[in-house]
Amino acid sequence: MNELALKDLLYKLADDQLILGHRNSEWTGFGPILEEDIAFSSMAQDKLGHSLAFYTLLHELGEAEPDTVAFTRNAEQFHNSQLVELPNGEYDFSLIRHFLYDNAEIIRFEMLSQSGYEPIAKVATKLKGEVKYHVLHANTWIKNLGASTEEAILRLQASLNEALPYALGMFEKSKYEQELIEAGVYAGEEAVKAEWLNRIQTVLAKTELKLPALESIEPVLGGRYGVHTEHLQPLLSEMSEVFDIDPTAEW
Amino acid sequence: MTKEHILTLLEEVKDPEIPVLSLVDLGVITDVIISEAAHVTVHMTPTFAGCPAMDYMKKDVERTLEKYGISSYSVIMSFDNPWNSNKVSEKGRIALKEFGLAPPPTYNLILDLDILEYAECPYCNSTNTTLRTPFGPTLCRSMHYCNDCRQMFEQFKPL
Repeated sequence: MNELALKDLLYKLADDQLILGHRNSEWTGFGPILEEDIAFSSMAQDKLGHSLAFYTLLHELGEAEPDTVAFTRNAEQFHNSQLVELPNGEYDFSLIRHFLYDNAEIIRFEMLSQSGYEPIAKVATKLKGEVKYHVLHANTWIKNLGASTEEAILRLQASLNEALPYALGMFEKSKYEQELIEAGVYAGEEAVKAEWLNRIQTVLAKTELKLPALESIEPVLGGRYGVHTEHLQPLLSEMSEVFDIDPTAEW
Repeated sequence: MTKEHILTLLEEVKDPEIPVLSLVDLGVITDVIISEAAHVTVHMTPTFAGCPAMDYMKKDVERTLEKYGISSYSVIMSFDNPWNSNKVSEKGRIALKEFGLAPPPTYNLILDLDILEYAECPYCNSTNTTLRTPFGPTLCRSMHYCNDCRQMFEQFKPL
């Protein structure tokens, strides 16, 4: 198997988790209710752990130590989708992003648990069980709030419309896409996207929310190739503040 | 020196956040291998990948081995034999309940939504309970409400 293709896949998985993990952590102390504060903080911790598992696999393939990889790259070296780097906005936007993202993530992990590349399969087998709780959390709130008051529905619908072009960017294909599929490492973005649509539509059908016609939406691409919004670099600078002062600090 | 002997020593190492539960009963010690040269290899696996206590537990295992005069050892953390909540021993389940934490319900192969929401109140044993949030004070706990004795309680999450 081409190592560059494997690394490309691992970086996109790891970077998505790290960046969304950081965004989730920004809710600590600010959640609209205590349970949500705890939920987003817990998901932040999970996602950091998930990114560490993939950075560890990268390290085994010869990349630098996980901390070095996480804290010393610039925005254009990150492979995350732009969806995860967008600012949290208000709770409705964070919830919609969480719903769109985690429903895709669990499918990736389910598919990767069948991967022909054993180290990825092992990690994915473990993580898919953990992400189940993230999906349960997102789907429960979308179903509750998406069928509640007029304000909640309007806000969620506006956030859904805003997030969707970025969410479609999650499925931007790698330049190694065909190779990974043929080698049996990964089922590929088209397969993930098709199943994702299925699942989010099932949940949205239980609410007053409408999924905009996808044909009319231009996906925001580039994230997987290092093209990012102006929001990523400030996030990275903040995240690496302690590391930059003292790379050997332990806490 | 046998595997059983090492496992008995490791009974001493507790989950730092649930001090009544040993790592052996938690199910995170997946194997102990003793080589002919008496080198001890302890295999461990995390409960949750992001659990900040895992590193602490690993160091605790190392400290305990040294305390009992075992100087040739390695402790390896991996996902080779991944943890799931069915690995919590019967003894561990009783300890959890006595600690006031509902033990994870055991399940058969597929963990579906019904199991995630199911919890038995550790105070009054009622199953008339509601999942309040799948996230709690640590990654491995969810929060539930007992509709009978009307108390909040935590559950060690099924995974």
